[in-house]
Amino acid sequence: MGASDFANLPHIGESVRRKEDYRFLTGAGQYTDDIVLANMAQCYFVRSPHAHAKIRSINKTAALAAPGVIGILDGQDVAADKINGLPCGWLITSTDGEPMKEPPHPILALDKVRYVGDHVAMVVAETLEQARNAAEMVEVDYEPLAAVVDVRDAQAKGAPAAHDIAPDNHCYKWAIGDKGEVDKAFVGAAHVTKIDLVNNRLAPNPMEPRAAIGHYNRAGDDYTLYVANQNPHVERLLMTAFVMGLPEHKVRVIAPDVGGGFGAKIFLYAEDVCLTWASKKLNRPIKWNCDRSEAFLCDAHGRDHVSHAELAMDKDGKFLAFRVHTDANMGAYLSTFAPAVPTILYATLLAGQYKTPQVYVEVDAWFTNTSPVDAYRGAGRPEATYLLERIVSRAAWEMGVSQDEIRRRNFITEFPYQTPVALQYDTGDFIACMDKSQELADVKGLEARKAESKAKGLLRGVGYSSYIEACGLAPSNVAGALGARAGLFECGEVRVHPTGSVTVFTGSHSHGQGHETTFAQVVAARLGLSPDQVDIVHGDTGRVPFGMGTYGSRSISVGGAAIMRALDKIEAKAKKIAAHLMEASDADIDFAGGEFKVKGTDKMVTFGQVALTAYVPHNYPLDKLEPGLNETAFYDPTNFTFPAGTYICEVEVDPATGVVRVDRFTAVDDFGTIINPMVVEGQVHGGVVQGIGQALMEHCVYDRETGQLVTGSYMDYTMPRADDFPNITIGHVCTPCTTNPLGTKGCGEAGAIGSPPAVINAVLDALAPLGVKDLDMPASPNRVWAAIQQAKA
Amino acid sequence: MQVQLQVNGKAVTVDAAPHTLLVQALREQLKLTGTHVGCDTAQCGACTVLMNGKAVKSCNMLLAQAAGTDVQTIEGMAAADGTMHPMQAAFKECHGLQCGFCTPGMVMSAVDLHKRQPNANEQQVREGLEGNICRCTGYQNIVKSVLQGSAAMKS
Repeated sequence: MGASDFANLPHIGESVRRKEDYRFLTGAGQYTDDIVLANMAQCYFVRSPHAHAKIRSINKTAALAAPGVIGILDGQDVAADKINGLPCGWLITSTDGEPMKEPPHPILALDKVRYVGDHVAMVVAETLEQARNAAEMVEVDYEPLAAVVDVRDAQAKGAPAAHDIAPDNHCYKWAIGDKGEVDKAFVGAAHVTKIDLVNNRLAPNPMEPRAAIGHYNRAGDDYTLYVANQNPHVERLLMTAFVMGLPEHKVRVIAPDVGGGFGAKIFLYAEDVCLTWASKKLNRPIKWNCDRSEAFLCDAHGRDHVSHAELAMDKDGKFLAFRVHTDANMGAYLSTFAPAVPTILYATLLAGQYKTPQVYVEVDAWFTNTSPVDAYRGAGRPEATYLLERIVSRAAWEMGVSQDEIRRRNFITEFPYQTPVALQYDTGDFIACMDKSQELADVKGLEARKAESKAKGLLRGVGYSSYIEACGLAPSNVAGALGARAGLFECGEVRVHPTGSVTVFTGSHSHGQGHETTFAQVVAARLGLSPDQVDIVHGDTGRVPFGMGTYGSRSISVGGAAIMRALDKIEAKAKKIAAHLMEASDADIDFAGGEFKVKGTDKMVTFGQVALTAYVPHNYPLDKLEPGLNETAFYDPTNFTFPAGTYICEVEVDPATGVVRVDRFTAVDDFGTIINPMVVEGQVHGGVVQGIGQALMEHCVYDRETGQLVTGSYMDYTMPRADDFPNITIGHVCTPCTTNPLGTKGCGEAGAIGSPPAVINAVLDALAPLGVKDLDMPASPNRVWAAIQQAKA
Repeated sequence: MQVQLQVNGKAVTVDAAPHTLLVQALREQLKLTGTHVGCDTAQCGACTVLMNGKAVKSCNMLLAQAAGTDVQTIEGMAAADGTMHPMQAAFKECHGLQCGFCTPGMVMSAVDLHKRQPNANEQQVREGLEGNICRCTGYQNIVKSVLQGSAAMKS
């Protein structure tokens, strides 16, 4: 079935209300911390209070004698049991051909701690309170060492080194594009716009803190790990094959209801391994539930780039070449997907929506004494979009052209389009997105609104951002061509029951995206059922055949495509059964709307009749057809999908206080085929607010001297709240994706990718009359106020 | 220490250490796990319940302080036959939730907000939800849900 046929099926494009909501709204959801197992013990981690220190000794004697303590394990115990460190799942080769530096990442620190919050020991006790109290009694003798937390400081000569194998803190240098051609293009340019900017470090902050329960069962010599995680099969694969050396079939990973992920729950974390390992060692089920303050220390952070970029143009503002250097802070260790973020998920997106003939991007990755950095909503693509869309607006101002005009002059208009940085966009309509966003944002009324603001002593500005992202991670052949040693497919199993209802087992994982509804719509549409007749099962390696999980807006376009493939097989077999029932040839059977018809006749059987026949095969050609109607398919995408759009933000700035108020925000996206508009709009709302959060308020701050995390709770890290923003105006353009059978492109990250540059461009537009040209995120009142004062001075 | 209170209309006696938080008693002793803990500084509101009809953060209150009160949790909102409270129904209809973790606290705050300001406008709803953090929805559909739920509670 092709994408255009799919889009016309019933239920596709319908805002079906979510099947999962009843349990979430009545308190019947089951998140990991809600699970209680018989005889379950509790765990609390002793964490490093230092950013960098040698561990001279750990004295557990007093703590072991504390009430309720079952066991205390540290790095020596890990080493004695030959448990490996955490593997990094994505390997990058430096430009000189050397592999990236991959220092060991022990699950409990052995001789050194490398960031505040690094895992030192796990204390297991009958109750959490007892575990906490005993943790206070674990005596760790630290010898503090000098630390480095800022990526610029990490490069300084003589800077403290986080790892012996990387004495200069350098992890890798990676580049893409033709440097010679780019340099040549700069020579003949009429104008060059330059920019230096920081993409601020963020804490993902899903509302459910991470949690896990390790449960070893001696009777079967097997393990169950319940964990708040976005990809249970990958978690199991990494843990069993690389860390613990266990046979996979002896480990079941269950990710039940998960309270938001945003990337923070993709990774294999030390705690998950510790609990699995310790549950056997202590022969007890053990639960760990992360505190929020602990989450700030030990969840992988996002972003943290420092970049310099140069854009060469001809006299008409047409882009000739783009040259970028980025320093990426990896934190103290390489988290699961970390090296992929500033490289293939970032640099390959720097062509953006523009026909820039030459692009060259160079990335240096550095270790620091901070929490590891990894994928966070958008992962690399927000960093690329922020850099490109900031420099494009800056170029417009320098060239005396409007922000929309410079974009229009450079938009790609013909597809497929091969960028100079590896990707080939299959389809899109960037002008339509721009037109629609300008219409919805009422750009024509801007001057009048500016005058109104001025009358109140306020400054009004407008900011544009035309983003493109690569979703549907990750075509194995494309990833392989970019040097990665892994690609990502997805698996779907469709099990038709005798009475015609269906259970689908998907390797995608829902942690708020509504898969139980959207996926059911897909299957119901294909088979001519109602969505209520379809149940979706996910998040359990014991039930789902295989899976790669949910991130990178891959669920529908990769996971959904795998299900479509399985449905193709179901349809093919069902046609044979129908042909048998109607004594026809299966080549003569048409299937539509849940009915099988013999071409050119009025003979018909329903999907339900066929399903029943498959399971009650008394009148069945058993020599030609197996009973049952149950098919599995794996799908590896042939290309990424390319959602794109234009976002327009309008702000009012109070020059006396530096307070920025977002007055209106318009998001027009091209997600290809939309299955459930209600769900899609909800994803955009959430993404945009996370992006505005990055632009105006969110920021992880480490003390540059001591390496302490200053923003370690919601008292210090500013989270967006309901009264911080207006409603978002949403519009859609649809150019269906040509490389998957649904035509879908993915919508989960768009909002967080497109919005930060729109906001900062708007603030800079507002501040232009005061002479402010630069501003880094977050544009908090004190930063904006300081920029105004500096411009005045 | 024994504490007597009403939870979701039923008289209960909880035997717990004096420093037990209300949320711990609800989740661990009474097995009402619909009330969630999202932070440790009383900032996020995931643990919000109604105490004598007023929204309180149950992670920031001792069980002892709840002695003799009438506590309502998300489990006590739907009718006995499972029919959702109008505010719950509005959250479903308006897609006011995604991952569902903050949702019970949001619903409890919304019901309290309705009692205090039955005619609240959009801006007042936004201000009224200031004590509850949601990371998924961007709040837009939550605000819509509260306005619709509040209207339904009046009729």
